[in-house]
Amino acid sequence: MGRFILRRMLFVVPSLLGLLVLTFVMLRVLPNDPSAALAGENATPAQIAAVRTAYGFDQPIWKQFAVYLKQVVHADLGTSIVTGRPVVADIALRLPATIELTFCALLFASAMGIPIGTLAAVWHNSVFDHAMRIVTVGGLAIAAFWFAIILQLVFSMSLDWLPLRGRISVGMPEPAPVTRLLLVDSLLAGRLGVFRDALLHLVMPALTLSLGGLASIARFTRAGVLDTLQKDFVGYAEAAGYRRSRIIWVYVLRNSVVAATTQIGLLFGALISSAVAVESIFDWPGIGSYAVKAILTSDYKAILAVTLVVGVIYAIVNIVVDIVHALLDPRVAESL
Amino acid sequence: MTLDPPPAVLEVEELSLAIDTDEGRAGILDRASVKLAAGSIHGVVGESGCGKSTLLKAILGVLPKRSRILGGDIRLGQRSLLGLSPEAMQREVRGRAIGFIPQDPFQALNPVFRVDTQLMEPLAAHGFRPDDGLAPEDGGSMRGHLVSLLKAVQLPDAEQALRRYPHQFSGGQRQRLLIAAALACAPRIVLADEPTTALDVTTQLQILKLLHNLARQRRLSMIFVTHDFGVVAQLCDEVTVMYAGQTVESGPVRDVLDSPRHPYTRLLLACHPARQGELAGIPGSVPSALQPPSGCRFHPRCPQARLQCGAAPPSRVQVGAGREVACVLYGGAAE
Ligand SMILES: Nc1ncnc2c1ncn2[C@@H]1O[C@H](COP(=O)(O)OP(=O)(O)O)[C@@H](O)[C@H]1O
Ligand code: SF4
Ligand SMILES: [Mg+2]
Repeated sequence: MGRFILRRMLFVVPSLLGLLVLTFVMLRVLPNDPSAALAGENATPAQIAAVRTAYGFDQPIWKQFAVYLKQVVHADLGTSIVTGRPVVADIALRLPATIELTFCALLFASAMGIPIGTLAAVWHNSVFDHAMRIVTVGGLAIAAFWFAIILQLVFSMSLDWLPLRGRISVGMPEPAPVTRLLLVDSLLAGRLGVFRDALLHLVMPALTLSLGGLASIARFTRAGVLDTLQKDFVGYAEAAGYRRSRIIWVYVLRNSVVAATTQIGLLFGALISSAVAVESIFDWPGIGSYAVKAILTSDYKAILAVTLVVGVIYAIVNIVVDIVHALLDPRVAESL
Repeated sequence: MTLDPPPAVLEVEELSLAIDTDEGRAGILDRASVKLAAGSIHGVVGESGCGKSTLLKAILGVLPKRSRILGGDIRLGQRSLLGLSPEAMQREVRGRAIGFIPQDPFQALNPVFRVDTQLMEPLAAHGFRPDDGLAPEDGGSMRGHLVSLLKAVQLPDAEQALRRYPHQFSGGQRQRLLIAAALACAPRIVLADEPTTALDVTTQLQILKLLHNLARQRRLSMIFVTHDFGVVAQLCDEVTVMYAGQTVESGPVRDVLDSPRHPYTRLLLACHPARQGELAGIPGSVPSALQPPSGCRFHPRCPQARLQCGAAPPSRVQVGAGREVACVLYGGAAE
């Protein structure tokens, strides 16, 4: 297994390098002049030129890239123009919020999507199956924005059950940062009040973010279960007298989930991307809302850093997916 | 002729069955009859597609969704199985009263579960009781019972084998695992659907020998489906010949081999003087179940067919001790 993990990590190196080149080049050809943004609104051309020299924007591209690479290796991604702090520090502060949000969204999407998809497959072509297909194809994902606003209107504005925005109530003392995941840290510190507060804040953003994932998870679970139901071993299990419930919820589902792990992994990446919008709606202090601000202000270093971090997360998720896959299916680990 | 036939532990009587397909209704079985005598190994032989697997599925109550029983009965002892609920079939019949050995050991086991998990499933489903006398030589634990089963099917390293995954076994070993699974709840009856077809010749022989010994030791009654008359000759006490969903001839294996009566049986045996290998070489092919020939379904290919053969199906007539044949040549006049 150790060898397997090592090999998977080596596979990732070229794609990360590609990501570095790609983001770097894309940012350099953006129409906005980062020097102008850095120098401020009322800067004279001379001041802008000075900034350009100071930041090395006048250097040949490949030199700038080499410098950039060196900085990346030393985890020095520069200073944000907006916050005036190292972007690495900014991201370290905000990334856990996004991870917490995305993870909870994925958990919810799986907890709902897998049973729904399984039932739709077992009751193939039933009313439930058709309804599920209409709802999931009908664009839960597209509706996420409206869904968020309706949630806010109903549960915050009218009923006042859930906080409207943010990650924790103003004035609520944060627990000692261990993992920087509020739910985990508050439990570690034994602060149930904080845990409850953080959980309530998490409900609406996580629900919104999970919608798109729920639809896809339900759809590919349905496809996977339908496929597995055709397998000989299902017919055999029936003929051999296994209980029907065991066949579906243990044997068929496990095989379908093995096939679905890859897709759930991809989904985690997709969710991080959609987190950009959801975090902005709910004022969630993660890297999504950070990225939006960075783009709006042409915060060059911050954009590069966020892109890089998201790329690394994609890579890590990919490796984790492969490991999970190998754990679920003994044949995968042996084939490598 | 004066001897009473031994009591049947399982009897399929004049079973007619159709499956609704997108192209129309397919008449898969037409008054198929098999009588399994207590303690005997009963071969069901016929070309591929003649309805052998469907017959077994009907007995086990695991027919495809859009199938319809049009007539006839299936009786386990005195009890009709057709009236039983799906739950009762699972609880009392499948794996409990009747064990099942599938055709393809490479596909039948779930690849992502360990062997012990899968072998325990029928035991758990039917409530393993140590006082069943299922496993006299162990302490009565389920695991101990499995180990003794694996020993009975001659799998080496039984304890370790239980912890492995199906792909870590050869085809022959997997078939041994499946035989063990079929015997787990000590059923009196076993249905085997071409259990050696997917295996190489040497392994086939070993598995046949194993099945034969197990059936005798445990006094099992077994239906053994095959397309290979050679296997029937080696293994079985009785045989029923099927053609296109109809059972055309049945009787003790020796008698049928020595003096086949039905034209189809004769052709089958004539194709293979060594009584080995597959059924092939009869001109024409098995008709589609969507538009089966009228009357005797063999009439388009039968060298002795007469005009009346296509008019109505011949009924079964007794042609000797325990022998029946459905053909107008023996007086099975159209009804
Ligand atoms: N689910 C099904 N739907 C439609 N036709 C089927 C189905 N299963 C089997 N058949 C048809 O029934 C006939 C008998 O099949 P089967 O019992 O598998 O034969 P055998 O086991 O003797 O090879 C074949 O013509 C086959 O095409
Ligand atoms: S009934 Fe007629 S067609 Fe059928 S086997 Fe006998 S002779 Fe041939
Ligand atoms: Mg078959």
